[in-house]
Amino acid sequence: MMTQIVFYVFATVLILSAGMVVSARNPVHSVLFLILAFFNAAGLFLVAGAEFLAMILVIVYVGAVAVLFLFVVMMLDVRFAQMREGLQRYAPFGAAVGLVLLAELALAFSHWRVAQDIASVPHVVAAPGRTNTAALGDVLYTHYVFLFESCGLVLLVAMIGAIVLTLRERPMGRRQNIERQHERTAADTLAMMTVPLGQGVTANGGFRRPERSYYIASVPGSYGVTAEPVPQATPAHETQRGGHGADNHGGLAQ
Amino acid sequence: MAHFFLHTLIGQVILTVLEALAVLVPLLLGVAYLTLAERKVMAAMQLRKGPNVNGPFGVLQAFADAIKMMTKETVIPSGANRFLFLFAPFLTFSLAMTAWAVIPTNDGWAVADINVGVLYLLAISSLGVYGVLIAGWASNSKYAFLGGLRAAAQMVSYEVSIGLVIVSVLLAVGSLNLNDIVLAQRHVWFCLPMFPMFIIFFISALAETNRAPFDLPEGESELVAGFFVEYSALAFGLFFLGEYANMFLMSGMVSILFLGGWLPPIGIAPFTWIPGPLWLIAKILFCLFVFIWVRATFPRYRYDQLMRLGWKVFLPLSLVWMVLTAGFLMATGLLPQGGAS
Repeated sequence: MMTQIVFYVFATVLILSAGMVVSARNPVHSVLFLILAFFNAAGLFLVAGAEFLAMILVIVYVGAVAVLFLFVVMMLDVRFAQMREGLQRYAPFGAAVGLVLLAELALAFSHWRVAQDIASVPHVVAAPGRTNTAALGDVLYTHYVFLFESCGLVLLVAMIGAIVLTLRERPMGRRQNIERQHERTAADTLAMMTVPLGQGVTANGGFRRPERSYYIASVPGSYGVTAEPVPQATPAHETQRGGHGADNHGGLAQ
Repeated sequence: MAHFFLHTLIGQVILTVLEALAVLVPLLLGVAYLTLAERKVMAAMQLRKGPNVNGPFGVLQAFADAIKMMTKETVIPSGANRFLFLFAPFLTFSLAMTAWAVIPTNDGWAVADINVGVLYLLAISSLGVYGVLIAGWASNSKYAFLGGLRAAAQMVSYEVSIGLVIVSVLLAVGSLNLNDIVLAQRHVWFCLPMFPMFIIFFISALAETNRAPFDLPEGESELVAGFFVEYSALAFGLFFLGEYANMFLMSGMVSILFLGGWLPPIGIAPFTWIPGPLWLIAKILFCLFVFIWVRATFPRYRYDQLMRLGWKVFLPLSLVWMVLTAGFLMATGLLPQGGAS
């Protein structure tokens, strides 16, 4: 009794929200209704006693996949007027495709028959007393381990393919190289100088660039950093040895 | 009486409501006082006094804050999506409450002692991102939207390492039931043999709850207040309470997965006199103290550093540790044969 009520509540909300996914005007609302649909499907799994599948559905689809959907859809710039224009133009095509699909569905359902010898097909029976999580693990990791691992490989290939397709060199960006930052010492960047009274050390006020560029040096001028080391300021003792006048601009590029 | 509660439909409904209240009322009180405790602890760490005007040691400050929040005006920005704008804080808050249904406070003491308790917790905590994302979008504000996007990327990233750490724990337990996970730590808490995972889990919990030093979604120096910049009054209060309830939840998860839940440190006389729930509360409070301690100590991460830590450090580390755990358990024959109901 209670189970039936719960089932019909979940099923009704599932179907209604699935309808709203395709009919909602705002694409963000569509994705949110899709999430509601996933959630109710998980509820139906729970009613059927498949608690592991229910939780996995929520974790994978609601927790990860739909977040990415929402992420992308929220950043889309959708112009509703343009969409409505397209609707009128493509409505005949859509109707035709829909009709073909409907006819195929009708054909399929009119000839739907459950195989007579379904019981004789080899299948795995869960050991008595196993929870369905453990039973699922038994089936996946012992009986179908080869198929399971192949699925993993296919997904891995797909993942590598996606990375290869989207990975591109971005020479303009600044990138942090943690190891090189850790290697950097005070000796690389600091020099003690005695500054003569009334004079600077260099024309640019004594700023020194590090001898090695910590940004990407392969692209000269990418961040105002040239590939060759910037001319160094004259160290303090040399400044004192030479006369004044000339050394006032001694730090400038030769 | 017992018959009425256990064997009739209405009795069971009433019993469930009572059980839920028995969890939620202490939790909400705890959340209210956690906000005070945070201010007091951080004040002590920064050589200040903290709130000390309302009541002795400022203990009434939590209620003063609550009354202030409830009597303010709820402002809904023009152009905001009204329903989603108000729905987001309720979602955040109620999810943080819902997860407590499966947390066992003593042997068998949970509102719902389900077989897939850990997965339930993971599912609920992965839903938490929607509150933030919806709030960011529905506010119709750039700052809020950027905060929401940051939060979504951050929470999804750190969920991966949290999931892998949980898998290592599950390998050693052989069950997804939280009660079994605690009972498996009778001899040694998992924080000792799995110390690196304990640290990774705790840091990921900081990122998952958007706490300092990972509070970029609300980084006030660049995003004003991030995803809840447009919220005021009760809606803001719900976000606030939701964040602190999530801290409680994550501390609860750390306590149950790594600190032995309700179990005393050693199962001998003076420790076993203290009842289990008190041990659990003590462990949760310890974790919460560390949450606050971290906030008072560390500066905020930069966003690329945050992503680097999640994907390039924690993910490989937890993956390697999972394989090591499985190999060790297989080699020593300690692999538990779980799964019996």
